[in-house]
Amino acid sequence: MSVAFAILLYVAATIFIVGLTLRVLKYWRTPAPLKIPTMPAPTTQAGVVARMGREVVLFESLFKSNKWIWVFGWMFHFSLVLAFFRHLRYAISPDNILWPVISMEIIQSFGKYAGYFMLIGLLGLLARRIIVDRVRYISSPSDYLMLLLIISIAATGLSMTFIEHTDIVQLKMFVLGLFRFDIQELPSSLLLQLHLAAVALLMIVFPISKLLHAPGIFFSPTRNQVDNAREKRHIVPWAAKLDANRGHKTKDQLVKD
Amino acid sequence: MADFDTPEYRKYRDIPKLNEGIMEGSGPFIAKPAHQEPLGFPGELVENWEEVAKAKMGDLLGKYRGLQVYLDSCVKCGACTDKCHYYIGTTDPKNMPVGRQDLLRSVYRRYFTFAGKFFPKLVGARDLNKEVLDEWYNYFHQCSQCRRCSVYCPYGIDTAEISMAARDILDAVGVGQKYCNEIIGKVFKIGNNLGLPERALKDTLEDLEEEIEEETGLPIKLPLDKKGADILLVTPSADFFAEPHIDGLIGYAKVFHEAGVNWTLSSHASEAGNFGMFIGSYENMQDVAMRVRQAAEDLGVKRIVHGECGHAWRIAYSFWNTLIGPWDFLDQNYPIPQHICEFTWDLIQSNKLNFDKSENDHRVMTFHDSCNVARATRMGDKAGGQFEIPRNVIKAVCNNYVEMDAETTKEGTYCCGGGGGLLTDDLMEVRVKGALPRMEALNEVVVDHGVTNMAAICAICKSQFTKVLPYYKMPMDMIVSVHQLVGDALILTGSAEALAAAEETEED
Repeated sequence: MSVAFAILLYVAATIFIVGLTLRVLKYWRTPAPLKIPTMPAPTTQAGVVARMGREVVLFESLFKSNKWIWVFGWMFHFSLVLAFFRHLRYAISPDNILWPVISMEIIQSFGKYAGYFMLIGLLGLLARRIIVDRVRYISSPSDYLMLLLIISIAATGLSMTFIEHTDIVQLKMFVLGLFRFDIQELPSSLLLQLHLAAVALLMIVFPISKLLHAPGIFFSPTRNQVDNAREKRHIVPWAAKLDANRGHKTKDQLVKD
Repeated sequence: MADFDTPEYRKYRDIPKLNEGIMEGSGPFIAKPAHQEPLGFPGELVENWEEVAKAKMGDLLGKYRGLQVYLDSCVKCGACTDKCHYYIGTTDPKNMPVGRQDLLRSVYRRYFTFAGKFFPKLVGARDLNKEVLDEWYNYFHQCSQCRRCSVYCPYGIDTAEISMAARDILDAVGVGQKYCNEIIGKVFKIGNNLGLPERALKDTLEDLEEEIEEETGLPIKLPLDKKGADILLVTPSADFFAEPHIDGLIGYAKVFHEAGVNWTLSSHASEAGNFGMFIGSYENMQDVAMRVRQAAEDLGVKRIVHGECGHAWRIAYSFWNTLIGPWDFLDQNYPIPQHICEFTWDLIQSNKLNFDKSENDHRVMTFHDSCNVARATRMGDKAGGQFEIPRNVIKAVCNNYVEMDAETTKEGTYCCGGGGGLLTDDLMEVRVKGALPRMEALNEVVVDHGVTNMAAICAICKSQFTKVLPYYKMPMDMIVSVHQLVGDALILTGSAEALAAAEETEED
């Protein structure tokens, strides 16, 4: 069983990293030929960083848009970050430079309860998806399944924290072993196995699903462009090639004039 | 009046329940081969259109980062679902921004993503077939590319980008929209959207000069093709003959006259509007825009000033430098291009214009932020100048000014309902229904504050409201140009009015 999980996690991590890298490279390499920031937009690069920061940390546009989605969505994402940091203690040893940070009381205790907030946020989003006719209309099976997948991760995780503890020390041996390609024994806990399997599945679907919104936001031209079109000529290679021939549909007319 | 009902004002601005398929239909008139071919598009639906459409989609995905990122990133959160004026007015879920995007996204997923190729049902992917194509044609011509949804999307997904791509694909397979493509052809052939030839334009301007002289007693000119002028004015051709646009044009002329600048119009670039953007065709947009550069070079001007027009100002402000720049032959001390409101506001700030605001006292004004000015451009040197400067100009010339509901102005402004290539009679139902949110906000200030007129700085807004206001039982002439207000209040040096005012001061 330990070997099976080790293989699953290796495969999932590989798909996650390679898939995401390829996708990010694709976004990176695809040009944005025109200036299309949603105005009013920052007129400096520093302003764009601030705008993106507010968008990623506070979900500024969503806040303007819909307070319910904002509350549930922000609860879920913020808890996810806390839970992620809390989980790092299972994966790094105390001599790591990050250790003092992740062992901080605030991360460990808040992280512990973050699971509840995450679950509340996710259930709120699921409820909206079912109850609000407009959201129900735009939902595909995958939209429900994605929520259920993350709910199952949160639920199994919470169960291990508050109901049926698993052998954390042994788990940490297993995880640290994975980094050395030295497969150790995984604690034989059904909850843990479900938890890990769901996480692996999440990593696998990440690069082929709507979870691409995570890297996508950083590449969104309406959010990451500076409003300086008049001051600075913005031109991408494929568009520059057209310049030689521009106006050809009117040239004859011009000559006649 | 028509074979559809004008929607009722909503009592509490509640979000309407959805009615699937209520706006299903055949869409606007389809372009004939004669409209398609001059633009480089096939005349009619090509035989292997599925392949052509897929190839075009792939081509666009490689050229436009926005399209690629937006088709991937939507999480179906629902934040945009109540933000489109066409959804609010029609209640058709395919007019929700995400509903509209999904028409294209479902096909993208089917052919360009792993999940859609192997698990289409799971992720809502669809095969491309004639029904889907017809649906594209219908619903992508119920989007005015106003970008309101892009303000509220947590990832900034801009349905305008999706609509433009979809229309570009439709053109590539030979199913273009008659209204847009016929007009672009007219620009290539004649120089403006109205097909007003040089001779007719010259006569119109001369008539107008006479009219202005009768009114003011001053020889205020509307010069055409004047070589060596300092300023080229590029303005929508509707300004030359449509109401209330023409009153705006008179206003520009008065301001130029009073400022004492040497300016001209161009018959070659007698159109600010650029429908190349509506159809998502970079090449056509560039070719239309190029006439402005050619005219500027040909006439040897130093500056370009842009008239009141929304989508056109987007292209001028955001795209000209890319499409037809660099502007190294123009005077770099001025913004290139400069909006007429920026021009007038600069003069007002430096006390070069005098107004008799009481001339506008019979009006209680409000201002409609045109969607593309608000969300796709700027004026002045600070973010948000596109909201402040037109308001400052209005307040400098009018005593009575009232704001509409803040949810419906500035970055949250609602489109007039006729933007993005929808300003055609064959889309009247969509236009009337799409105007609902703006009409509600307007009606509110009419009832509560006695507003008599609404000013706008867009040729499409002006034409659309003129047509749509009567459906909502408001007079069509409620809509006015900002520069009409300026022109009405401006005290022209040497005019009888100015002399009388001077005498009065002396007597004091």
